Amino acid sequence: MGIRTLVAMLVVALVVIGALATQESYQVFMPGLLQGAVLTVEIAILGSLLAIVMGVLAALARMYGPAPLRWLATVYVEIFRGTSALVQLFWLFFVLPQFGVTLNAFLVAVLALGLNVGAYGSEVVRGAIQSVARGQWEACTALNMSRPQMLRRIILPQAFVAMIPPWGNLFIELLKSTALVSLITLSDLAFKAQQMNQNTFKTIPIFTLVLLMYLAMSLVLTIGMRLLERRASLGLARGKAA
Amino acid sequence: MTEQPMVRFANVSKRYGALTVLDGLNLEIARGEKVSIIGPSGSGKTTVLRMLMTLETINDGVIWVEGQPLTHMQRNGTLVPADLAHIRKIRAKIGMVFQSFNLFPHMTAMQNCIEAPITVLGMKRADAEARAAELLDMVGLSEKKDHYPSQLSGGQQQRVAIARACAMRPKIMLFDEVTSALDPELVGEVLAVIRKLGREHDLTMLMVTHQMGFAKEFSDRVCFFHAGKICEQGPPSELFGAPKNERTRQFLHAVLEAG
Repeated sequence: MGIRTLVAMLVVALVVIGALATQESYQVFMPGLLQGAVLTVEIAILGSLLAIVMGVLAALARMYGPAPLRWLATVYVEIFRGTSALVQLFWLFFVLPQFGVTLNAFLVAVLALGLNVGAYGSEVVRGAIQSVARGQWEACTALNMSRPQMLRRIILPQAFVAMIPPWGNLFIELLKSTALVSLITLSDLAFKAQQMNQNTFKTIPIFTLVLLMYLAMSLVLTIGMRLLERRASLGLARGKAA
Repeated sequence: MTEQPMVRFANVSKRYGALTVLDGLNLEIARGEKVSIIGPSGSGKTTVLRMLMTLETINDGVIWVEGQPLTHMQRNGTLVPADLAHIRKIRAKIGMVFQSFNLFPHMTAMQNCIEAPITVLGMKRADAEARAAELLDMVGLSEKKDHYPSQLSGGQQQRVAIARACAMRPKIMLFDEVTSALDPELVGEVLAVIRKLGREHDLTMLMVTHQMGFAKEFSDRVCFFHAGKICEQGPPSELFGAPKNERTRQFLHAVLEAG
């Protein structure tokens, strides 16, 4: 699907949200929902940043680290990939305090979602590094580069392009998973919607608006990733398109 | 005292599981010597270059470069397998050009040629660029210095790859079937550059090639590999003119027939 189609979808979603928001029966819900949406976006952005850092670190540790680091990274990836994000949230929020470590709900949300998605991300990073042609590694060896030099200057810049689409998927997953944080007392978009629904029973307007708002957010993300991908692959194959 | 050979393979073997690719190879290459390796595919000829470039480990024997072990290092008077620091120190003397060019696609011709001199040798950018400009001029690609590999023909890419390898000032250059991936009309320009390199630079050259005409005219010595061993070697006039070994005769007959 081209970027134009995505932008058109985004415009339609925003227009519909705008049209509904000005209707009297929907109007009252907007301030509360927008407030929730802001929290959702904050958690999604910070969680994604943490996920990128963890994904890259875990992948490099598993591929090139000394044995203890490799082992640690494997344990991290398997635990956070192998258990549910919801249980991870609960564990950090309800169990950790029993051991004397109390984190605020916002921090727990960012940590749990970031670590969870980072575990998947490490496999994305690993796959992308391995997808770089063997000849590139061999050329680096023939030029007597050290492993960090190879990775930093030659391999990662090429792997980066291959990483963008799967990372886009993961970011969208993360965005949608933020709905779970309503279960640890945070007033995100999903929580606000449920709360308003319980108070007013206006199910149709509330959940229609929420649906469109999530869609708009994920479309913005998708469009951003597409633009990034286009830019990055231009750098790799300059002249080919001409 | 006779001069140390530039490269010495001492009883080197390479096996993949049950398959023996090279079987007790002994080969000495003198300083400045140009040696061509020919032979049927699967005879282990490319493996010779790849072991010397440390792209493959070896199972037996020792490879020496200028009298120093490459695959091993001295410790308490015995040879132990080399660590990475030792390998990198010796490997700095060797450069390689590949069949599939292996240029860095995200860098221009110039950037390809200055990357390792800056990051590995620690050269100043201006100095590295000056040297790269000279080398790109030598391979006849001065005007293409700001082009990316995808904007160059195969022959041009291979010439950039030769310039890139030379930029590291190796003493030994390895050429692994460097014209095999090229369209026939582009082979000449690459061979011309290698000829020039041989004339103008004091390089020891080891090449695996299917270009029999080039091997004959360019090399000081030709080695015919068969089934992991050197079957016959000698000056090109002898090996091509009057091969002694039946297998060499068969191979040359088959190749020349096809060419």
